[in-house]
Amino acid sequence: MQKNEVISIRSSSDVVLVRQAVRQLAVELGFSLINQTKIVTGASELARNTLEHGGGGTVNIEALDEGTRRGLRLIFEDSGPGIPDLELALKDGFTTGGGLGMGLSGTKRLVNEFDIVSRVGEGTRITITKWK
Amino acid sequence: MSLNGQSKIPQILKNREAEVLADWLGEQMAAGIRKDLLKEMELREECREFLELFTDAIQQGNFTNIQSPEWRGLKDMLASVSRSRTQKGFTPTETANFVFSFKQPLFKRLRQELGQNGETLLEEILSATNLIDKLALWTTEIYQKTREEVILRQQEELMELSTPVVKLWEGILALPIIGTLDSARTQIMMESLLQMIVQTGSQVAIIDITGVPTVDTLTAQHLLKTVTAARLMGADCIISGIRPQIAQTIVYLGVDLADITTKASLADAFVLALKRSGFAISRSKSAI
Ligand SMILES: Nc1ncnc2c1ncn2[C@@H]1O[C@H](COP(=O)(O)OP(=O)(O)OP(=O)(O)O)[C@@H](O)[C@H]1O
Ligand SMILES: [Mg+2]
Repeated sequence: MQKNEVISIRSSSDVVLVRQAVRQLAVELGFSLINQTKIVTGASELARNTLEHGGGGTVNIEALDEGTRRGLRLIFEDSGPGIPDLELALKDGFTTGGGLGMGLSGTKRLVNEFDIVSRVGEGTRITITKWK
Repeated sequence: MSLNGQSKIPQILKNREAEVLADWLGEQMAAGIRKDLLKEMELREECREFLELFTDAIQQGNFTNIQSPEWRGLKDMLASVSRSRTQKGFTPTETANFVFSFKQPLFKRLRQELGQNGETLLEEILSATNLIDKLALWTTEIYQKTREEVILRQQEELMELSTPVVKLWEGILALPIIGTLDSARTQIMMESLLQMIVQTGSQVAIIDITGVPTVDTLTAQHLLKTVTAARLMGADCIISGIRPQIAQTIVYLGVDLADITTKASLADAFVLALKRSGFAISRSKSAI
């Protein structure tokens, strides 16, 4: 299966759309209920960060099929302010927006691969992968 | 515009106001305006007002820019016509036709007055057409905006409907949530819950999230806020409907719900709430 979908994230209803798209693909790929829930929750966190901290952006949702293993890869991109201190942002409870500050660190624990590239003044790109 | 200042239209409208008005009304009646939605009297009054404001505005000789101040009065009037048409159930086309239908009677007079001078007639008609099209577009814009406002209001009403607080038992409330727990909804939910706690003097509130598909950190934060507020009003909350996969995900996320009593199902939560309120449940012998 080769699937690739880009969704733009401009409003909180787009965040709902992202969750739905990710859930649907996870079901199609045969993810277990627990893994569906984990990747959908991670997607929800990053989509909301893209919207709230990144000023909006896009997510690229990709189904991976490497023969022996299948998975989902999500790439969130924005051209917002960027994250000045990645280590700090990834700390449990760190927030600049009055949230719980658990979104980034929590998502990292929910997925198998987590990669973050951010430049101040240019934007942020976060890639997560969940294997089936 | 070459006609600026020399257009015959202001003069024609002034001199032939009554005829233009009669023609225009006739035009709309013939086109089959829906008399079930709008009385002829009302329409006549709207046309008369339009004509008066149009004649006023056009004296300034500005046929091109309806953003300028002299057009404000007519635009306000059209906005209110458009709004009332929206509410009465007219289509956008019918609404815009109020303005478009003004062309025929106006052009007829222009032809009568300028018939010999083809070039001037053409220029007058062109600039008038342009102007009237802009005014018609304006009514469509307002129509659209009014519709959006209606939809927004309906959404808000729906949101209130979709967060009902129900009394399960003496002193026990339940709040079943279905769908996404966003900020606006949390606000409404919290308000109606707190109000019901006060009204009923309830000690226990069960928040059931069986119908919430995703619990992320924002949802968790909203739940925590609601629980804290209820506590301040003297009621303890139980969160029910936490399915195993959600429980696990919450743990990985690292959100701390340890302070809150949680139950897998609404039934379990209800039993606990009854116990806490001092009720004992037993099956009567005869029913066995
Ligand atoms: N795309 C982004 N662009 C800029 N800053 C970001 C972005 N994503 C995260 N951050 C920064 O990292 C911090 C931590 O993010 P995290 O998602 O963990 O917490 P939060 O969004 O503040 O709260 P929540 O627990 O509700 O998610 C944010 O407060 C913000 O300062
Ligand atoms: Mg976040």
